[in-house]
Amino acid sequence: MIGLYGLLWQEFVVFKRKFFTVTIGALISPILYLIAFGWGLGNSLEIDGMSYMAFIIPGIIAMNTMMVSFNSTANSINISRLYYKTFEEYMVSPINMTVYTLGKIIAGALYGAYSAALIIIVVSLFTSDLVLTPYFIMIAVLNCFVFSAAGFFVGLMINSHSDMAKFSSFVITPMSFLCGTFFPIAKMPELLRGFIYLLPLTHTNLALRSAGETAVQMMLHAGVLLAYFIVLFVLEARVCKNVE
Amino acid sequence: MLDIIDLTKKYKNITAVNGVNFTIYDGEVFGLLGPNGAGKTTTVRMISTITPKTAGDIVINGESINRNLTVLKIKIGVVPQHNNLEKEMTAWENLEVHGILYRMPKVKRRQKIEEMLEFTELTERKDHLVNTFSGGMKRKLMIARALLHEPEILLLDEPTVGLDAGARRKIWDLMKQLKSGGLTVLLTTHYIEEAEALCDRVGLINNGKMIRIDTPKNLIEDVGEFTVECFKDGKTTEEFFDTREEAIDYAADLEGIVQIRPANLEDVFLKMTNRRVES
Ligand SMILES: Nc1ncnc2c1ncn2[C@@H]1O[C@H](COP(=O)(O)OP(=O)(O)OP(=O)(O)O)[C@@H](O)[C@H]1O
Ligand SMILES: [Mg+2]
Repeated sequence: MIGLYGLLWQEFVVFKRKFFTVTIGALISPILYLIAFGWGLGNSLEIDGMSYMAFIIPGIIAMNTMMVSFNSTANSINISRLYYKTFEEYMVSPINMTVYTLGKIIAGALYGAYSAALIIIVVSLFTSDLVLTPYFIMIAVLNCFVFSAAGFFVGLMINSHSDMAKFSSFVITPMSFLCGTFFPIAKMPELLRGFIYLLPLTHTNLALRSAGETAVQMMLHAGVLLAYFIVLFVLEARVCKNVE
Repeated sequence: MLDIIDLTKKYKNITAVNGVNFTIYDGEVFGLLGPNGAGKTTTVRMISTITPKTAGDIVINGESINRNLTVLKIKIGVVPQHNNLEKEMTAWENLEVHGILYRMPKVKRRQKIEEMLEFTELTERKDHLVNTFSGGMKRKLMIARALLHEPEILLLDEPTVGLDAGARRKIWDLMKQLKSGGLTVLLTTHYIEEAEALCDRVGLINNGKMIRIDTPKNLIEDVGEFTVECFKDGKTTEEFFDTREEAIDYAADLEGIVQIRPANLEDVFLKMTNRRVES
């Protein structure tokens, strides 16, 4: 576990050094989405009996935690493997590869959580549409972990940086539009809806809104996210023990 | 003691290392010498568990090593061929992370960091980002880092590549100090002077195969202590002789630009592999 401390200390040192770029970077796109979809469209729209603004805020938190967690971890692992070669220093060192995997996932998830906190602060300055509950926070954090773990996998398996961008545009971007971020998935064609219901971001979006859901449904969302995380984590820790 | 037994690495269509055997005894400096693509880096990477081996065994003091044997890995220090320092951190921070990963208690760690910074003459730059370092300074910092946790075996992959003569001398001096301290070292190089200056024994490696292992002196004596080099029609040829007289006799009959000089490891290599070592 001392290895975990070393890894997180290192991430923290780098985070402090990049504090302003990270902070500004994390704020730009959610603010743009809020302006365009919230204020721009929001006043004239209502969804499921609530203002569009109230509908979109959880969606933007879901999408943003997904993107930030995914990108931080995927880029960090990919660059450290292919360009900076710092990945090798960890493989040589006596850190357990499971601990390494966990540490990197935590670090990426923390970036996601940090960006979520920033959005929540900004949003709270302007509206009272957002109500934070422990369940909301738990789901947001879980979402960070799921996509940080997904980023770890992609960063580990993909051997060129341009393919990373492709993965983002084929998987991450479609998910952010199709999984109920901007409109309820009920509006989707039946066939597509079944598939979309399997994707993790869908459950995050449903859970963060969790309007009129039963306790069982709420647990189901958390369960799906947890299952995604555990499967990815176990898989990655195993790959790491033998990866080149 | 480090035992390398039938070590083999196959990539899809290349056998990078092909059944290599050697032993490095405690306190010995062993050099792997070979041209580009010979398999030096692959060998070192397998020992440091970065690259999984295809076949064979790597044994440290009687114990087989692999990536997941964390306790055994503490005994090794690695300086890879390519810079893998954390560029957005300072020299001190790089060493601190390394010390934590190698489970050094705080007081010992901090003390050792100062000592290694002193040893590599980086104390004044310890709070500067690695990004701002010259090639030589990065190299020295990597050596400091590899030595921080007091390993028993140091693996160095081309420690002086890309350095000017002065910086290279400095690293050689560091190496000699380490050697007198009793550290066991495996270093790879394609600079023949480096192998001659530092190594107790040298393994000549080419195309993934170990061609010969001996002391630099024996290897040179075997070839012949004198080299006659003749440059003619755009090509250099070499012949080797045991005595200066024989060499002079032979040189007298040659046309072209002729030079007689003491043989060095490069000549050994040339004779054994029939190709020049690019340096
Ligand atoms: N990841 C890899 N995939 C495929 N082939 C590889 C890989 N790494 C090395 N090789 C091949 O293995 C052979 C040995 O390479 P290696 O890097 O060990 O040589 P080297 O002796 O260190 O050379 P240099 O002096 O240039 O550093 C080369 O033919 C190289 O192309
Ligand atoms: Mg090499």
